[in-house]
Amino acid sequence: MQFVIYLTFAILSLSMIIIFVRLIMGPTLPDRVVALELLASVIVAMIGAYAIYTDTSSFIDVAIVAALTAFLAAIGFARFLERGGPRDD
Amino acid sequence: MTDWIIKFLMLTSSIFILLAAVGVLRLPDLLTRMHASTKAGALGITLMMLAASFHFFDSVVMAKSLAVIIFILITAPVAAHAIGRAGYFVGVPVWTKTVKDELINCYDPKSHRLMSGLETEEELEIYRQNLDFKPRIRVKRKDPAE
Repeated sequence: MQFVIYLTFAILSLSMIIIFVRLIMGPTLPDRVVALELLASVIVAMIGAYAIYTDTSSFIDVAIVAALTAFLAAIGFARFLERGGPRDD
Repeated sequence: MTDWIIKFLMLTSSIFILLAAVGVLRLPDLLTRMHASTKAGALGITLMMLAASFHFFDSVVMAKSLAVIIFILITAPVAAHAIGRAGYFVGVPVWTKTVKDELINCYDPKSHRLMSGLETEEELEIYRQNLDFKPRIRVKRKDPAE
């Protein structure tokens, strides 16, 4: 069980690194927003894995809040882009 | 038995999220990247929350993780739609091998309204007269004099 949890953390960290590469490379601002949204998904999954690892069920609440914040950030960025704020890719 | 289910769910979840990350890195333009990240990411979170509810096997935790799953399944398409729409208006270039772009002349860039491309000239005239009648989205700052 312990080995599988460590393997899960390793794979999730690897995907975080890959997403960071896209976040830095991303040619336009919407690409970076997509990368940030996926990064929030990885964080929610990582919180779930950490709740299993530490056997603490309260971390599920943190996952709820993290998902909510990620959704609000994505909607805010989309509104900002569509209303035409100052942009510097 | 439950142990093996949890192991399977956790590994599948992490592999799906890794797939989403590789898709975001490797696919050629914004829309295909969104197609990779939204679906695979939502499935990864769903499987991880299922693993958590199997691990704790408590009605409260199960309800909470079910709430996370439902929330993700509702909000992921909404957020992807908003970002895709914004990216289309901003003018993010699509892939050079894209076969078809059906919206290319149908969106009014000023009022952000969608037309079908089959309007007659009279309908277009009515549309132009009512341009500031009820905007779907406010694109210019409200005039303080009004």
